[in-house]
Amino acid sequence: FAGLADVSISEDIPVEGEITVPVGSRSPDEDFSTLDEPVRDTIMRDLKAVGKKFVHVMYPKKSSALLRDWDLWGPLVLCVSLALMLQGGSADSKDDGGPQFAEVFVIIWFGAVVITLNSKLLGGTISFFQSLCVLGYCVLPLTVAMLVCRLVLLAGSGTVSFVIRLIVVVAMFGWSTLASTAFLADSQPPNRKALVVYPIFLFYFVISWMILTFTPQ
Amino acid sequence: QGGGSAVIDMENMDDTSGSSFEDMGEMHQRMKEEEEEEAEGEAGAAEEEDGEFLGMKGLRGQLGRQVADQMWQGGKRQASRAFSLYANIDILRPYFDVEPIQVRARLLESMIPVKMINFPQKIAGELYGPLMLVFTLVAILLHGMKTSDTIIREGTLMGTAIGTCFGYWLGVSSFIYFLAYLCNAQITMVQMLSLLGYGLFGHCITLFVTYNIHFHSLFYIFWLGVGGLSTLRMVAVLVSRTVGHTQRLILCGTLAALHMLFLLYLHFAYHKVVEGILDTLEGPNMPPFQRVARDIPVVSNAVLNTTAKAIALTL
Repeated sequence: FAGLADVSISEDIPVEGEITVPVGSRSPDEDFSTLDEPVRDTIMRDLKAVGKKFVHVMYPKKSSALLRDWDLWGPLVLCVSLALMLQGGSADSKDDGGPQFAEVFVIIWFGAVVITLNSKLLGGTISFFQSLCVLGYCVLPLTVAMLVCRLVLLAGSGTVSFVIRLIVVVAMFGWSTLASTAFLADSQPPNRKALVVYPIFLFYFVISWMILTFTPQ
Repeated sequence: QGGGSAVIDMENMDDTSGSSFEDMGEMHQRMKEEEEEEAEGEAGAAEEEDGEFLGMKGLRGQLGRQVADQMWQGGKRQASRAFSLYANIDILRPYFDVEPIQVRARLLESMIPVKMINFPQKIAGELYGPLMLVFTLVAILLHGMKTSDTIIREGTLMGTAIGTCFGYWLGVSSFIYFLAYLCNAQITMVQMLSLLGYGLFGHCITLFVTYNIHFHSLFYIFWLGVGGLSTLRMVAVLVSRTVGHTQRLILCGTLAALHMLFLLYLHFAYHKVVEGILDTLEGPNMPPFQRVARDIPVVSNAVLNTTAKAIALTL
């Protein structure tokens, strides 16, 4: 602040200009309006956005809604629910529950980050968080598969249940991969799509493998 | 009367030349009253004061604006510094500039040893293929660990697999690069990473087949055949880039030993429970090793001893 010591405005130079922010910009108005609304409206708006994206994943139609308004709430919810359901999958002592949750969490996020970096390095036009958003949302079919597997395992754990689980998991794995490539492959140069699809395939393969080999205590 | 007029006089004077006791007391009282008024005024007219503050009225407004400006500049500078650190991934961009056809061609080439070792062979400094191969190896390892034993805790499985594969790729590359530096070989770090990464293709194939078909003899055939081919290719490329017999021997011997032993380790360390299951299924018949020795009579004693030691260590 050394230069401020001699700053002064003499009285005869008029100081004028616009101080008020022009009303045309969205953010001050929106800030004021969303601050005043009830909490339920805010939560419902976010939940509706997440739900709309779930629908987009289940019926991948090449729309850009997932990419435009990215958010990470959906991936977080899916990741946490998948990790919770994958807990307790080993016959060892109960202190295995902790590392399993952390492992699944880390695998999903670390894998998504690696795929994003890879697609960016290969010349992709998609941004970092948009890619994370798409990859996270496309875990939804596998979460559904995990739910179905748990229900099937409640009924019994013989060969028949294994075959059912195998079919369900393979189908959902294919769905996840197709859904994510429908969104992500468009952002790549056309001759390099295979290079981007392969790590996505590996990523969902690892998750599917964890789901398929899950055995409850 | 003298005191009253003195107070009035003091109020109208510009400079406070006098300093009589009553005048100081009066001035002090006046200042306190003004402060009280200000305190009352502030509560009610805070916005007006803010308006004055922002309206650049006098020294205080200007100071505030400068401070805000400086804070904004400082924050922006820090953010752009952090961003340029993140944007350093652009350094890696040229190493990912490949086409799928090139990757496929290089994968196939990694199994074919070159004949011409008198001429330095070209190594593509590319990191996409090796990185994908390491991840594929991790996935195959996971698959192998799962099929061999479902009782192993999942927490350590993933960490072990990733740590082993990445540790091997990065660690052995650095070690061989260091040896290459000592032996005056013409190879850069990226080329070494690329070479070793593509050499893992043989490992991937071998483990993929032998984790699903559990025959020790089959594994030894694949170990020598597929593993040997990819090792030969790496060795030939390195030999073509090194001068001098001793240096060639050191470099290639180390690389061959590490590469082949790694495949052996991967098979046996993550497969031991399958041996246990096989043993219990076969009953008190031949233990696996003698069976293997009978099937492959050409296996040398050294290999047999090393395998026996590896098993003894892991069991």
